[in-house]
Amino acid sequence: MAEFTLPKNSRVVTGKTWPKPEGAGTLRKFQIYRWNPDDGQNPRVDTYFVDMDKCGPMVLDALIKIKNEIDPTLTFRRSCREGICGSCAMNIDGINTLACIYGLDEIKGDVKIYPLPHLPVVKDLIPDLTHFYAQHASIMPWLETKTNRPAKEWKQSIEDRKKLDGLYECVMCASCSTSCPSYWWNGDRYLGPAALLHAYRWIIDSRDEATGERLDELEDPFKLYRCHTIMNCAKTCPKGLNPAKAISEIKKMMVERTV
Amino acid sequence: MAFLTDRKRAEYRGSSRTGTEHLWGQTISAVGLAVLIPLFVLTFGGALGGTYEEVLAYYQRPFPAIVAAMTITVSMIHFRHGIQVVIEDYTRGLQKKFLIILCTCIAYAIAATGLFALARIAL
Repeated sequence: MAEFTLPKNSRVVTGKTWPKPEGAGTLRKFQIYRWNPDDGQNPRVDTYFVDMDKCGPMVLDALIKIKNEIDPTLTFRRSCREGICGSCAMNIDGINTLACIYGLDEIKGDVKIYPLPHLPVVKDLIPDLTHFYAQHASIMPWLETKTNRPAKEWKQSIEDRKKLDGLYECVMCASCSTSCPSYWWNGDRYLGPAALLHAYRWIIDSRDEATGERLDELEDPFKLYRCHTIMNCAKTCPKGLNPAKAISEIKKMMVERTV
Repeated sequence: MAFLTDRKRAEYRGSSRTGTEHLWGQTISAVGLAVLIPLFVLTFGGALGGTYEEVLAYYQRPFPAIVAAMTITVSMIHFRHGIQVVIEDYTRGLQKKFLIILCTCIAYAIAATGLFALARIAL
């Protein structure tokens, strides 16, 4: 049976309130999920106050400021700071998104930051994406061909290339998969929106010659058909992509080759 | 604890190569119900408020009786498909199998009971 409550050792408690910075102008309150696997304590929510007059405009700017100036133990992933690497995906103000491209002005009131939901937490805001990446690898995210390699390149028309728009931009941040209740309850078997969007990206690639095998591998009540098109993935995607549409297209292809 | 690789966990037992017929079956029954439910409401509305004899006479006519029979049958087929998905979503293991069998039996029993009652009235 799906579990709807957290186990005792995962229940979040109120944590430490860090002192307000001295001589600050405009203060903003940040409530941030903290958990350290080494101290044996329950997860907690710490409260920080950031001087917004000396802080950049994005949530990631504030997190970096907190880590640099208030609490160096705060742990989170970040790299590119421009929405390309997907490292800083987290749940901000109830929405799974990228901290580097989510503006602080988009949030009303206190800023609440949690790790991506329904994944094991490594530490603080870092989720364990091992299974997510393994699922991505299982859909064979590369060009599969059977014809002998051409002398120069695999050619693709402009029209066929356009079919990949809205798909290739995915940065694998896992915001979509972790916003999907089907992935929450059946993430061990359901591939999730991100992996399926990537699967569709290769299925409709005009150069790929493994379309049948790819569809065969996806035809499963759990791998594909756990998607009930509730569109959480499309709503939350920080890159504005629509994984639900890609999944629907896969389902249409499945029916078309059957009926 | 099993020492499985991440890829082994992700692959699970591979693809079962099923699911499309379930989706297509559910789609067909949904389209069928989109037509049948309005017809059923219209025909049922014609009998509503009548006396016992009037309702019996009404459902002895072929059109209302056939619409009612088809609505009962198709809705139970749709229910069986839908409830299986819900059970698969939220349950695991033996509980899942037991509930699918139970709900399938309930769906067929409701359809059989409805068709039997309708046959008693119409024939």
